[in-house]
Amino acid sequence: MTEAKEANSFLVDSARLSEKALERKHELENNPASRKSPLAYFPEMEQLDSTVEAEVLAEMEAYDYNRYTAIDVRRALDHTTCSQEDFKALLSPAAAPFLEEMARRARQETSRHFGNTVYLFTPLYIANYCENYCVYCGFNCYNDIQRLQLDEQQIEHEMQVIAESGMEEILILTGESKVKSSIEYIGKACQLARKYFRNVGLEIYPVNTEDYRYLHECGADYVTVFQETYDLEQYEKLHLLGHKRVFPYRFAAQERALRGGMRGVGFSALLGLADFRKDALATALHVWHLQRRYPWAEFSLSCPRLRPIVNNDKITPQGVGERELCQVLCAYRIFLPYVGITVSSRESAAFRNGIAKICATKISAGVSTGIGDHEEKYEGHQEGTHGDEQFEIADNRSIDTMYADMSSEGLQPVLNDYVYV
Amino acid sequence: MENNMEDCWELAGHKFHSRFILGSGKYSLKLIEAAVKDAGTEIVTLAVRRANTQDKENILDYIPKQVTLLPNTSGARNAEEAVRIARLARAMGCGDFVKIEIMRDSKYLLPDNSETIKATEILAKEGFVVLPYMYPDLNVARDLVSAGAAAVMPLAAPIGSNKGLATKEFIQILIDEIDLPIIVDAGIGAPSQACEAMEMGAAAIMANTALATAGNLPLMAAAFKEAIAAGRKAYLSGLGRVLVRGAEASDPLTGFLHD
Repeated sequence: MTEAKEANSFLVDSARLSEKALERKHELENNPASRKSPLAYFPEMEQLDSTVEAEVLAEMEAYDYNRYTAIDVRRALDHTTCSQEDFKALLSPAAAPFLEEMARRARQETSRHFGNTVYLFTPLYIANYCENYCVYCGFNCYNDIQRLQLDEQQIEHEMQVIAESGMEEILILTGESKVKSSIEYIGKACQLARKYFRNVGLEIYPVNTEDYRYLHECGADYVTVFQETYDLEQYEKLHLLGHKRVFPYRFAAQERALRGGMRGVGFSALLGLADFRKDALATALHVWHLQRRYPWAEFSLSCPRLRPIVNNDKITPQGVGERELCQVLCAYRIFLPYVGITVSSRESAAFRNGIAKICATKISAGVSTGIGDHEEKYEGHQEGTHGDEQFEIADNRSIDTMYADMSSEGLQPVLNDYVYV
Repeated sequence: MENNMEDCWELAGHKFHSRFILGSGKYSLKLIEAAVKDAGTEIVTLAVRRANTQDKENILDYIPKQVTLLPNTSGARNAEEAVRIARLARAMGCGDFVKIEIMRDSKYLLPDNSETIKATEILAKEGFVVLPYMYPDLNVARDLVSAGAAAVMPLAAPIGSNKGLATKEFIQILIDEIDLPIIVDAGIGAPSQACEAMEMGAAAIMANTALATAGNLPLMAAAFKEAIAAGRKAYLSGLGRVLVRGAEASDPLTGFLHD
């Protein structure tokens, strides 16, 4: 529900931080002048000549969702194709009473484009070192967590364990530390992944076109970058330090990835960080604009909500309840019927089962957001040192359980729909 | 045609009785067998990329053995990629038939005609039975014939749209002008539309979404089978004229002419 809620309190001090580090942390948190401009590029960052960002942000800025009425929503649902204006109506509070009808329309669109198939994949976190200070994230550089980076042998071992479970698509993730997790390190992980999986995706720090090209040559073919929030003012307050602070460089990541040869790109806002309706609008328009520029590319959307993290279990998704999330996902599907929609293990099993029948086309299974603990998950025994998790997961079903559950919901699980060419 | 004469059609020397080609990618694998049976189909398409799996549930295991596989190259964005996928299909044991699908647009999935011609030429030379999916354009269809296609597969409407014969006039031109079988593919959403295409003289119909989105898939497969057979019979029997407006005058306007 959207009624008043207590704002999240993100800032947590660790007793293990040095006095100097604490001082710097507090300075960043309390003195905006101590922070770099979120529009200032680092010298090594490539700048694209792109107007997409300006177009998306202008639309978001102008979006007054309280202006839409039930009549606008009715008209939107009656249209065969959903215009931008229709999409804005479907995202508005006025659409809430139409949720069931939106879900039915969304299911129809999903079925036309994807049939009853649902793709399964597993994320593999290979390192959780991070140089950014993003206040809501468990990996942030000031958070006192167990850090770990898998070496090649450990990565391969994790991959073997996952592959033995039957999974054919893997998503490789790192924290955002170019120093600890270099392009070459990630490239090596991609090469290893190609030995065991039919499809390799990446969710790493944004890089330049040339680096994306290198990673593509190493075997990655899909890149997901979460913008987190498209509200620049809010973005500035949440991403206080590091490369991630540079808003426009992150915004253009998908474009660089496509120019670097990747087949597809994924997008997302982390709902709950800012006004979720505006963020949902901007995310979809980001896709819409890039589809017009790169019509051959594949696109996908994720829709995560804020979750509690290690050392801060009080983080809530700020008024984005399951009904609101469902409304956003249905609106996405009706506006962009051809895009994949991924629903992460941040959501409950019941929600994921339900949403897969409406509009989700990709679901993770056998998820661990920690580092180096897949064996424990799959084979059920403990190992020594593990890295801490990025966020708490809500649905920890194994691949076999997920496969069976999706089948029993009348869906056809698919482990591979991919061929490298 | 005599009433009792066998009504077959051919693709590169392979004879088929059923004129219904069934898609397989949008519904549960367990339904494929029932759909094949109730549709009476002899050709089933499948995406190579879906079959390219180690999965415990491989789509190939669900397609009855007597059916001819028609692997498609979905996922290909140009001729080169389509050729590679076709070769992979052959290596996987899917036979020599291939449906070329080349899309440079992820939104409407419209076929790229010029790349399709290139891929057809290469694959036909390699001995494939090539069935190119295309946007109905007469010049392109002629080029596909020259390139060695075994049939031409024009789209009726955007794939998955169930909108029926949106390109009817242009498909009719292909039927009238091209000597190869014309298989109407994509957009056929109801048995009545399949019937209409068959009445026009199409050699066969391909459908997937229409069945996948039906409430009862095997029953819809049977409905398509009957509609396609009805349309075929109507075509063979020679359709009567349909007057555009009004009735025909019984007194001819030229009745006064006596020479």
